[in-house]
Amino acid sequence: MCSLTAETITISGDGGDEIEAYLARPHGPKRRGGMVVIHHIPGYDRATKEMVRRFAELGCDAVCPNLFHREAPGADPDDAAAAARARGGVPDDRLVGDVAGAAAYLRSLDTSNGKIGVIGHCSGGRQAVLAACSLPLDAAIDCYGGYVVRDSPDDARTSLEPRLSNLGCPLLGLFGKDDQRPSPAEVAELATLLRENGKEFEFHSYDGAGHAFFAVDRPSYRVEAAVDGWDKIADFLGRHLS
Amino acid sequence: MCTYLTETINIAGSGKGSAGWFRVTDATVYFDHPVHALAEHTLNIDFANPSRGPGARVAVELTAESARALVQAIEATLASAPADLTR
Repeated sequence: MCSLTAETITISGDGGDEIEAYLARPHGPKRRGGMVVIHHIPGYDRATKEMVRRFAELGCDAVCPNLFHREAPGADPDDAAAAARARGGVPDDRLVGDVAGAAAYLRSLDTSNGKIGVIGHCSGGRQAVLAACSLPLDAAIDCYGGYVVRDSPDDARTSLEPRLSNLGCPLLGLFGKDDQRPSPAEVAELATLLRENGKEFEFHSYDGAGHAFFAVDRPSYRVEAAVDGWDKIADFLGRHLS
Repeated sequence: MCTYLTETINIAGSGKGSAGWFRVTDATVYFDHPVHALAEHTLNIDFANPSRGPGARVAVELTAESARALVQAIEATLASAPADLTR
């Protein structure tokens, strides 16, 4: 296990906006890949920051932009999430710009090998696919992202189906068979679309797991799925970011 | 799943938050992942005053059953009060 450093920084996000971000880096000069971690709708919270540190432990420089910084700079993560929700949430274009800024920051680090991945859970899973269809990245991980192949009920987020032809990197998908957003049928539909578009992907769907099985602080946590899922993530990043 | 759906209304009254009492002007209601409640989805209500910043908020996260019971309790309480007081 490596030593690491974690801290709050400022990066340039969409439109050059200065936004808060959480950075974790392994110690040492070894060149390595970078991971952009997209937080879920409940916000830029402790659980997400734990994941950022885990990516550093896995050997990546990792950064999580605070997607709600503009609505509530300096606020508690849950208050910021509430403020952002009341204003309609994060627009897709802004999300792409913020991930682009986070990726540029990671590439600027003296330890960067130039390769960047993106991961998100729940709403962030859809956003990870969106980012990978919009930006030059090297790996993308969708953990049970809903509304990837469906429009969201509020019509603010449309299906990503028309964008899948632009997916520019391998995609790892981790899903629970008991989940309904995305349902197993939606996961199968996404796999078919990726196959039709000639995209590289690997999907794993777990028995006995529903939505948010990685979330250690929620009743949805499923230890077997989460442990295996982290193994799949480490293997995937080893192949595509090293 | 994230539902994304949010109902937003203007309200008048007061709430007590971490910094004491304040006027509440807005309420958002949504059924989605909670921050703290031990359930995968809850009925969440934020009583807020955005003009005082994002921290001016009283939040509750209720199970669906609890939320329905609360609605009934509110309706029953309003119905039992003298009509001239609740117009």
